[in-house]
Amino acid sequence: MAHYLLSIYQPSGATPPPPEVLGPIMDNVDALNKEMQAAGVWVYAAGLDYPSTATVITTENGEPVLTDGPYVELKEYLGGFTIVDVPDLDVALDWAKRLQSAIGLPLEVRPFFDVHN
Amino acid sequence: MSTTKPVTDARIGEIFREEYGRAVAVLTRTFGDLDLAEDTVQDAFTIAVRRWPIDGVPPSPAGWIITTARNRGIDRIRRESRRDSKHAEAAALAEQTRTDDSEVDDEDHEAGPVTDDRLRLIFTCCHPALAPTAQVALTLRLLGGLSTPEIARAFLVPEATMAQRIVRAKSKIKGARIPNRIPTDADLPDRLRTVLAVLYLIFNEGYTASSGDSLVRDDLSAEAIRLTRLLLGLMPDEPEVRGLLALMLLTQARRPARIGADGELVPLAEQERSRWDTELIATGHDLVLQCIRRNQPGPYQLQAAINAVHTDAKRLEDTDWRQIVLLYDQLLAISPTPMVELNRAIALAEVEGPEVALGYVEALRQAQGSTSGPGRRMEQGLLERSHLFHTVRADLLRRLGQPAEALEAYDQAIALATNAAEQRFLQRRRAELSGLLPNAG
Repeated sequence: MAHYLLSIYQPSGATPPPPEVLGPIMDNVDALNKEMQAAGVWVYAAGLDYPSTATVITTENGEPVLTDGPYVELKEYLGGFTIVDVPDLDVALDWAKRLQSAIGLPLEVRPFFDVHN
Repeated sequence: MSTTKPVTDARIGEIFREEYGRAVAVLTRTFGDLDLAEDTVQDAFTIAVRRWPIDGVPPSPAGWIITTARNRGIDRIRRESRRDSKHAEAAALAEQTRTDDSEVDDEDHEAGPVTDDRLRLIFTCCHPALAPTAQVALTLRLLGGLSTPEIARAFLVPEATMAQRIVRAKSKIKGARIPNRIPTDADLPDRLRTVLAVLYLIFNEGYTASSGDSLVRDDLSAEAIRLTRLLLGLMPDEPEVRGLLALMLLTQARRPARIGADGELVPLAEQERSRWDTELIATGHDLVLQCIRRNQPGPYQLQAAINAVHTDAKRLEDTDWRQIVLLYDQLLAISPTPMVELNRAIALAEVEGPEVALGYVEALRQAQGSTSGPGRRMEQGLLERSHLFHTVRADLLRRLGQPAEALEAYDQAIALATNAAEQRFLQRRRAELSGLLPNAG
């Protein structure tokens, strides 16, 4: 089995959809999460707060330096992610296609680095 | 075990081209690793070059190569397993299938039931998560046995670029765990479409180089035909595979007549039909008939049927253009692309005259970007950027006795054509036409 990160990309600066649009989307995502859990492939899933709430840490002269805001400002930002544990890419893609169609935003599938591979 | 067959380097080269893909496919399944499979198969051929001239070619060359490669692979994994326990597991697994390379019966057996392995490998190479350029390169490399420099030359890219493309694709297969298996029934239609698109791309790259001076690169087309034939053997019940093979053969059949003495393109209408390859045509027609009997038409089968009508005509004037227009209508219903529309216009000109055809082409231009009618789903300005659009217009305008407009269309076509042979053909046409005009350049 291998872990894959399914990342959802959200356009920056867009206003969040109204409740009557967001509600059904979240219902679908919840249902899919439950289905993933029942299938034993769900590891973790979460939505992330706005990039403006982020803090970046670097080091200067051996001292940690904190900077307000995201590491890079992009046109899209990581809005949420799901981690699945599945046998191969095809299975990961099957779940990812369903998650993408439930949310309607671009989704990136990326394998975790496998130290044995 | 040896035979008395003389062994030349050419004979070994032939076996390499025939059996490389098969051996890599079997070893990929055994070891679950493309690089190890390729390395050990290449090692096995290196040993063959040394031993076969002395011992003779074994009765089952593929079996011998596979057995030798597998044993080399197991030895290598065992050496490495002293450092890594995961390798030890792989070695133990592969060990179960180890055979002694003197057991000829086993060698025959090796080459037998391996067809599924090649099918698996085709689907791995053409996985939709890989870029199309990578799909093409991997297919030619792993199944076709072409070297990286050969593939680089064929696609006119620097060798380092092609090498990097192949390494990157292989490491994605490994890192992302692209599975080495035949897709499920639910996924098969989509996945097969990708495979067929890759094979057709390879064929066309060999048939009309998209750039550069050499119009014909036989090797690529021949390789695409060989791989499609192999795929049909593996999936005899897929009518589109049969259709694609028919399409390739009927296109290839016209190749001898397609290039003129000066290296310029000879259009279908002007080709010397006695130079067409009758054997390829006969095989292509058989395949088309088999498709028709099957009655599950698809884009490749319909294009093959159109080519069958063309190659059925001993003389240009015998062409059943009405039938061709009908086939294009069917094709448009499932695959409404600008290329299909323009080719339909060419056939329409023969049935209803150039004026009707020109009206059709202009209507296509008008309808770009709209949601209905001909030209639907076409991006605005798409046709104007295609040299075929201007070539078709130029020819129709010429036939309608409007040389000034035709010349302008030829100029646009020449500016957009990227292939030198096509440019020469268009320039010749333009020159013939300007001779009729007192003041045209």
